[in-house]
Amino acid sequence: MAPETEEPAVKSNNEAGPGQETQGSAAVPSPSPSPSPPPPPLPPRRKASGEAPLQVGGQLQSKPTTAVSSIDISTLSFPDGTRGTFPTPSVGSGPSSLNSGYGTPTRDSSGDNLTDSMSVMSFAPTIRAPGDLASLVAAEFNRKSRAWNLLRSQSETVQPFEGIEFGDSGELAGFEREFDDIPENMTDDVRLSMWQSKMKHYLILSSAGKPIYSRHGDLSLINSSMGVIQTIISFYEGAKDPLMGFTAGKARFVVLTAGPLYFVAISKLGESDAQLRSQLEALYMQILSTLTLPTLKNIFVHRPSTDLRKPLEGTETLLSSLADSFTKGSPSALLGALECLKLRKSQRHAINNIFLKNRTDKLLYGLIVAGGKLVSVIRPRKHSLHPSDLQLIFNMLFESGSIKSGGGESWIPICLPAFNNSGYLYMYVSFFDDDNNDTQHPPTTPSQSSPSPPPTNNTPPESPQEIALILISPDRESFFPFSSLRTSLYNSLTKSGHLSLIRQSLSSPRPSISSILPSPSPSPSNSPSPISHFIYKSRPNVQFVMSSLQPLFVSPIARRKLMSQYQSLHAAMHAKHSHLKVIYSVGEDCASLGWVTPLFEFYCVAGPNVSRQAMTEAANKVVKWVGREEGRVFIIGGGVF
Amino acid sequence: MADSGAPKPSSSVKLVLLGEAAVGKSSLVLRFVNNDFQENKEPTIGAAFLTQKCNLPTRTIKFEIWDTAGQERFASLAPMYYRNAQAALVVYDLTKPTSLIKAKHWVAELQRQASPGIVIALVGNKLDLTNDAAGGDGEGAGGDGEGDARKVTTEEAKSYAEEEGLLFFETSAKTGYNVTEVFTAIANAIPETSLKTARGPGASSAAARTEEQRVNLNGPRDPNAKEGCAC
Ligand SMILES: Nc1nc2c(ncn2[C@@H]2O[C@H](COP(=O)(O)OP(=O)(O)O)[C@@H](O)[C@H]2O)c(=O)[nH]1
Ligand SMILES: [Mg+2]
Repeated sequence: MAPETEEPAVKSNNEAGPGQETQGSAAVPSPSPSPSPPPPPLPPRRKASGEAPLQVGGQLQSKPTTAVSSIDISTLSFPDGTRGTFPTPSVGSGPSSLNSGYGTPTRDSSGDNLTDSMSVMSFAPTIRAPGDLASLVAAEFNRKSRAWNLLRSQSETVQPFEGIEFGDSGELAGFEREFDDIPENMTDDVRLSMWQSKMKHYLILSSAGKPIYSRHGDLSLINSSMGVIQTIISFYEGAKDPLMGFTAGKARFVVLTAGPLYFVAISKLGESDAQLRSQLEALYMQILSTLTLPTLKNIFVHRPSTDLRKPLEGTETLLSSLADSFTKGSPSALLGALECLKLRKSQRHAINNIFLKNRTDKLLYGLIVAGGKLVSVIRPRKHSLHPSDLQLIFNMLFESGSIKSGGGESWIPICLPAFNNSGYLYMYVSFFDDDNNDTQHPPTTPSQSSPSPPPTNNTPPESPQEIALILISPDRESFFPFSSLRTSLYNSLTKSGHLSLIRQSLSSPRPSISSILPSPSPSPSNSPSPISHFIYKSRPNVQFVMSSLQPLFVSPIARRKLMSQYQSLHAAMHAKHSHLKVIYSVGEDCASLGWVTPLFEFYCVAGPNVSRQAMTEAANKVVKWVGREEGRVFIIGGGVF
Repeated sequence: MADSGAPKPSSSVKLVLLGEAAVGKSSLVLRFVNNDFQENKEPTIGAAFLTQKCNLPTRTIKFEIWDTAGQERFASLAPMYYRNAQAALVVYDLTKPTSLIKAKHWVAELQRQASPGIVIALVGNKLDLTNDAAGGDGEGAGGDGEGDARKVTTEEAKSYAEEEGLLFFETSAKTGYNVTEVFTAIANAIPETSLKTARGPGASSAAARTEEQRVNLNGPRDPNAKEGCAC
């Protein structure tokens, strides 16, 4: 999810250090002689006042996707007679404000938000958080020792984050163990210190203080911490001044109050408050997707002391896989955008048409998703899909093993909160998977048994390679029609060769920088690509494309560092009152560039010695490349019926 | 395995698995369908639909299996899955007494609401965690060091099953003990008359019906046959 709705009230311009470049007006990085059309001017800033209350379940993070333009979603009737209209949030009971990016518990009494004139320090009287943008920009990005300068002058080809190779993971030391379980058979002291060594925690509790979920450690271990947190939060609630966040040591605490629930993120990874809060919102959406908002409210209206763990039973793994994707660093979550499988425009068009041809009556949305990347979408003209809903679905299908490991076809009641948080839809899921499902769906079935099925391979490849068919209906009886849709669609796509095209594209890596920016000199080894990685988000399409993580950013730590850079850039560009269009910063282990126009957001990272000019030139080239490839890397429009 | 030279009549049987969460429903299905077991299986979400064939001496049974999630919030959806079922596997965890109580609730609901002829099997799973020689079957998981984890006696469950006219098995999805047997027994217990016969998903229902009659007349099954399912 994109934290676009909640923006830190830090003006990065003011904090810019000597190495930092900010440009308020020029939309194109200046040194570029590029003849590319100048991007249009910035869109109007959000009005601060317009976004104060968090609508429970409804604050949309970004526009619906796969629609050419954002189309207003109109009414949908559900079988039980309820109607849903979106994106207008329907029920607003959330008392909290999302506005304060770095807010310690002060908001001015008018209920309005943090203002520009207040300094960062006035909001963070304690130790500076690692997520404090100012500290990142002023200190870490720009601190250069003499030795560093020397080194820099010696080598033009230092790669980003080279320290990792020499065992210097810096702040991220121990990150490899971040996702390890805390064993049960040790003393509480040992377990507690393991718990404290985690860099990221997510806690969910009811406003009555009942623990609901913790990413690490069983609830008995952390019961007392939960109690403390509940006390602190409710102390501020009483003062009519809700607690938004605070810093303790190296950890930043961010609190989200949503309906009857408290969500707490504790992070040593340096996200901005807005980013952490959007992660918490995603967890809240996951809970709504399990229960629906009316059910959640009812539960607590009738018994405020209810233990929500029972109604949520079986979805802890979904919360955890969602949480872990944030901790690992998810471009999709950061940008509130989706990634598409690269296909020729004509091929995607043909797949859409085959899909549309096979569609059945009660189909609301149909998606083909390969390895977490969108291949094809069909939808009614009136309804768009929202990225935050798709994020929940993709998490369920590709990040957690719940559905994959089951085999067969799944039929899942699911609430898509951005679509309608008050009712269930029914989701059919089947994987187009050679050795699994397809044996159960032979095109023609001579009745014949397989005496000993080959042992299925349970170790998935590094990035998920599954191709999933997702069919969503408001009708709970649609399973069997959808199951035959699956068979006919599978047969058509196989016969037309498109399924193997999808597999082919899936097995080829994301584009490499060197393929996009061919080296001008004949011997590429002498002139490495000026940039090492980029992400480009198309704002109208709410989709992103990024370069391959190979070879530099494959390890979890390198990937996390990369994502942290993007996070900082993103936070700076989206700070509420910042007027940044371009930001360039240099740190000890990398240089990075962010560039935002109404059409796109572009972020890239390079080795620390790459000059600003080289980076901006490369940025321009990549943006032009995306322009050429737009029809392949993005789904524009999709199949509409 | 059966001689596959001459095609045998094939019928499909709709089967639903019910029972408290985490008793091992999905694991039983995984063992039956893929002959596989996962130590830390993630909970089912919603329901999963799988098929598996089971070879009897005179016919092939194609099980169409609904594996439900078993969590409380899905309870209201259960009728959708057992409504047309010809067979139900009601599973409990024999190391967890409350799961038998839940199982009894399911049995009662099925007897009230499902189709009258439904064949119900009561299955006590995780036998490998007990000291019973049968379930230990090599791996001896709970049997050796940790003593007997059994909390529901065979007698208690068995006498309940007899009272209610249920098939009864104790199984281990982990070792595979008795798993095929459950499905074979169900296949054998389905009354011939309620078997819809088809030569595959493509067969029209009209063809299926005529075939069904032919089978009913000419294909009496051998009640003594003890032949494993197709796995
Ligand atoms: N020891 C043992 N564990 C089992 C057995 N069957 C399932 N389990 C475990 O019990 C847990 C729940 O199993 P699952 O099949 O998901 O239960 P379901 O919710 O009823 O579908 C998983 O961790 C399984 O590995 C069994 O026969 N023996
Ligand atoms: Mg299950």
